[in-house]
Amino acid sequence: MQSNKLYSAIFAAGITLILACLMIGVKLDTEGTQLAVRGATAEQWTWIGLGVGLVFLSQLFSAQIDAFFGKLPKPQLGKLLPEERKRATLKPWLIAALIVGMIIWPFMVSRGSVDLATLTLIYIMLGLGLNIVVGLAGLLDLGFVAFYAVGAYTYALLSMYFGLSFWVCLPISAGLAALFGFILGFPVLRLRGDYLAIVTLGFGEIIRILLNNWTAVTNGPSGISGIAKPTLFGLEFTRRAKGEDAQTFHDFMGISYSSSYKVIFLYLIAVLLVCVVVYVINRLMRMPIGRAWEALREDEIACRSLGLNRTAIKLSAFTIGASTAGFAGAFFSARQGFISPESFIFIESAIILAIVVLGGMGSQVGVILAAIVMTILPELAREFAEYRMLMFGLLMVIMMRWRPEGLVPMKRPHLELKQ
Amino acid sequence: MLRIENVNTHYGPIQALHDVSVEVKQGEIVTLIGANGAGKTTLMMTICGDPQATSGKVVFDGEEITGQRTSDIMQKGLAIVPEGRRVFSGMTVEENLYMGSYHRSKAEAEKTAKHVLELFPRLEERYDQRAGTMSGGEQQMLAIGRAMMAKPRMILLDEPSLGLAPIIIQQIFDIIQKLRDEGVTIFLVEQNANQALRIADRGYVLENGRVVLEDSGDALLTNEAVRQAYLGG
Repeated sequence: MQSNKLYSAIFAAGITLILACLMIGVKLDTEGTQLAVRGATAEQWTWIGLGVGLVFLSQLFSAQIDAFFGKLPKPQLGKLLPEERKRATLKPWLIAALIVGMIIWPFMVSRGSVDLATLTLIYIMLGLGLNIVVGLAGLLDLGFVAFYAVGAYTYALLSMYFGLSFWVCLPISAGLAALFGFILGFPVLRLRGDYLAIVTLGFGEIIRILLNNWTAVTNGPSGISGIAKPTLFGLEFTRRAKGEDAQTFHDFMGISYSSSYKVIFLYLIAVLLVCVVVYVINRLMRMPIGRAWEALREDEIACRSLGLNRTAIKLSAFTIGASTAGFAGAFFSARQGFISPESFIFIESAIILAIVVLGGMGSQVGVILAAIVMTILPELAREFAEYRMLMFGLLMVIMMRWRPEGLVPMKRPHLELKQ
Repeated sequence: MLRIENVNTHYGPIQALHDVSVEVKQGEIVTLIGANGAGKTTLMMTICGDPQATSGKVVFDGEEITGQRTSDIMQKGLAIVPEGRRVFSGMTVEENLYMGSYHRSKAEAEKTAKHVLELFPRLEERYDQRAGTMSGGEQQMLAIGRAMMAKPRMILLDEPSLGLAPIIIQQIFDIIQKLRDEGVTIFLVEQNANQALRIADRGYVLENGRVVLEDSGDALLTNEAVRQAYLGG
């Protein structure tokens, strides 16, 4: 046993050494027109040595380390919460307080934080959408970003060609994304697991490549710029009104112009959209269809024996998930003002999926928390931008080791049976 | 109530059922016995439309259901308790039950739920427990209860005694008789031929995809060939 440990510790240390040498130890530099390979500085070598030593020791004493962490008292989150009955009465107040807080908050912080919060809200919407497909219905979708792209381009194109406003396009975007979800859903209904993942992955790429190459309509890789911002009942948030009879917000209110009004307004729209999405999905989860999604994930044959229509249930999950992404997409293009196929690459799908998995499959609160973590953490760790992916991986490993069921594991809503 | 006429079923090139004809009348318990691989489960599944019969007819309540979609067939007052229970292990007893009444209104479902819980007091004790944490017998009761939630006029039971202790099997068979007394027609597929024939009005013996014998339950129990083959001499 002990020699086995020693062997694995040496092995792990060796791997670390090789990887570290390749990634940190060797540097490519240009020397005039030539490419030169340079070794690392002495300081870097010390760090590599320390790292290898650390890996060696942690592997050697892994049992002791695990025992130590096992002994640490786990935070009793359950005890912090009040009793079930109390919680039920407190809940509406808490939600109201949260919403009020979210509305007041942007007026007190910097523009950058509000902007970041808006981005987070977009990811929350995407996470909630994918949560239906992956978390509840158990259909692994690796091309979710396709629906996001459909929503974004729907608004961008309709606004560019027909001058339709954001509020008109919002439902259209969601509808069109839902239609794409429906179209994708049909052929893949028979697939599950890995096969489904591959097909959806391909679908995501198809949409992106289509947007890239259909230059005549989508402007190809150069993207669409100058997408109109949302208005508040026709009031614009620009310095000067664009249209003939258009009016700007600051003129109407009789205040001086500030660019942060626009940022805050966008943030408030995002809050509104997220509230709508959370509410609708929450209702759906409590409805029979929500249970049917879960039942289908657990046992397809049992579902069919109960007369559930597998096709309809899977399609509904796909469609509703996709329409949420379309919603988020339309808002995204309105916020950015510029979109290109570059915004909808595979890594986006991966991030959204990571949000769902980190949050705890099927859990709404978990997904929201994970979306916050996943968007704010990279911002906080700006200095380590080079190592972002490394941190990402580390986070995943830590999660899988200590909280494999996600940040906030799903707890299904309960019906009380009246006696 | 259920009439199966000259049904042939194929799995690809392999024929699993040959000209099978079975009839179950209103209020009866009819059992289908046979060895492993005789085609018992295939017959059950053919009734439900998955796989579809390649030829022949399945008539339920005067309506031909051959060729219809499984989800449609299962909404006509026919319910199946699939082989191996197949409860939703991550869901509670309550949630499992209400999946059975997916197509009915909540008020109606609640009424039926009350009745099911009276029938299975055990399930009431476990009401908020996850189905996967229950014993095999309890899971079987849940599977039957879940099928009951659709308020079917007829229930197909596929091997309800599978992997259960003798005393639990007895309980399950008592319940099956109780269901019949309430007017539900029962079509029971069993390997446990002894027990099944004892409560059955009539029985069919299936061998290599063919019905080889058909008689009353008592007659089959005393039939020499059946005793030899299925009842251990």
